[in-house]
Amino acid sequence: MIFYTRRAIKDILENRFLNVVTIITIALSVLIVSAFGLFFLNAQDMFNAWKKGVRIMVYLVPGTSEAQRLDTRYRLQTIAGIQSIRFISKEDALELMKDRMQRQTSLLDNMRENPLPDAFEVTLVTESNSPEKIEFLAQRIEGLPSVSEVEYGQQWIDRFANFFNLFKLVGYGMGAMFFMATVFIAANTIRLVLYSRREEIHIMRLVGATDNFIKFPFYLEGLIQGLSGGMIGLGMLFSAFSAIGSQFEQAMTAEMVAIRFFSMGTCAAILGGGMLTGLLGCFFSLNQFVKE
Amino acid sequence: MTSMAEKRAVIRMFHVHKRYGAKQALVDATVDIAKNEFLFISGPSGAGKSTLLKLLYLAEPVSEGQILVDGMNLSRIPRRRIPMLRRKFGIIFQDYKLIPSRTVYENVALVLEVQGKKRSLIEKKVKSVLRVVGMEDRMTAYPPSLSGGEQQRVAVARAVAGDPKIILADEPTGSLDDESAATIFELLNMFYNRGATVVVATHDKALIENATGRVLQIRQGRLDPPPEI
Repeated sequence: MIFYTRRAIKDILENRFLNVVTIITIALSVLIVSAFGLFFLNAQDMFNAWKKGVRIMVYLVPGTSEAQRLDTRYRLQTIAGIQSIRFISKEDALELMKDRMQRQTSLLDNMRENPLPDAFEVTLVTESNSPEKIEFLAQRIEGLPSVSEVEYGQQWIDRFANFFNLFKLVGYGMGAMFFMATVFIAANTIRLVLYSRREEIHIMRLVGATDNFIKFPFYLEGLIQGLSGGMIGLGMLFSAFSAIGSQFEQAMTAEMVAIRFFSMGTCAAILGGGMLTGLLGCFFSLNQFVKE
Repeated sequence: MTSMAEKRAVIRMFHVHKRYGAKQALVDATVDIAKNEFLFISGPSGAGKSTLLKLLYLAEPVSEGQILVDGMNLSRIPRRRIPMLRRKFGIIFQDYKLIPSRTVYENVALVLEVQGKKRSLIEKKVKSVLRVVGMEDRMTAYPPSLSGGEQQRVAVARAVAGDPKIILADEPTGSLDDESAATIFELLNMFYNRGATVVVATHDKALIENATGRVLQIRQGRLDPPPEI
């Protein structure tokens, strides 16, 4: 193993230019795909945080009696997926509105009667936070007697969920394309190295070298290239993240979710991906070359 | 019953033909080469000498006929076993075939590395053969910095480093001056005397005139006279 590793490192140094090209290619691919992944990760965090705050406002028909209100509350309690129910009387709602409007409260002072309806604020359990489930629950609640209207910002959630799913798909597609392109470039670079060393490989065969003896250092080269490219790409991303992240944090409000970098496990997986890229590049070119 | 000749033969060729498209490079070649024999294959350029050697180490497949090398039937040998066959040979080429990016030491060590020998043994063996061919002091040199004669001595060292049963030399003195050629021939003789079978393909008449071994003539792909089995 030491012998093969030493040979692989020596070969990399001897074919410096071609190897540097491969390492840079892998680094750039890792950078682009990881940047996308990091954006996706943080966007997912934010979306999850927003989803946790999803509430359904259930407005009651004006003039709903105490008994009808209690009946509606009871019916709400029997619906699965609801975590908590809070009654907000129209008086409380008006006070809340005044609090929020602050300077414009004089507008409300002149009103003869309170135009706001009584309402229930319904919080959902985490499992019910998907757009489909929220819509389903809202429809059920809307069908209850004494309920005039249900509000849950459905369009916003739906739109964001659709965008997010599309974003996910584009991310996967781009990741796959970059992976294939990098494997292709790595394979071609290794092929150039192989062609530049075909006489040497021919001589090795003549003195009794097996295919594995010839191939193994190339596989190690691929792994080293992939690891180096992965480390450089990830390092570049971390530098960019540190620079942008500090500015972003300054602009963040307390309610926003803090942005984060990949976990150690994900970093290891990205490096593994880089190594796999180098390895596959070698595999394709070597198989073809050995057949020749 | 197996004859004495068969018992002693390390290489046996039976009605071997080699064709490159319509061109017949070797025609009905039948020959036995005995263990520890010094054999010259002589003939003009393009007569088929190199082709005959290439068939032995499977650089080329035969078109027809059969070859046995140390009991291995080359027609039936699977691809993955070809390296094992080649390790039975030490091959010397007219153009030396040394790896220019590796030192003299590394070029010779390669033969033992492919066999998976230990580093300590490789070091001992490589130094020993380089001493025998008189190249011990040029171990760290790269082939392009050596003269033709020196490069061929390294090639001889590489050929014998793995203690092969058979040494194949394809025009080993073709690119050398008389003095270097004599040195190479002396080295081949030395390894023959140590028990190796040596097959030399050459058109060097001076080399053959001084030879003590058997000489096979080859003309237009035909061995002349056809040796009897």
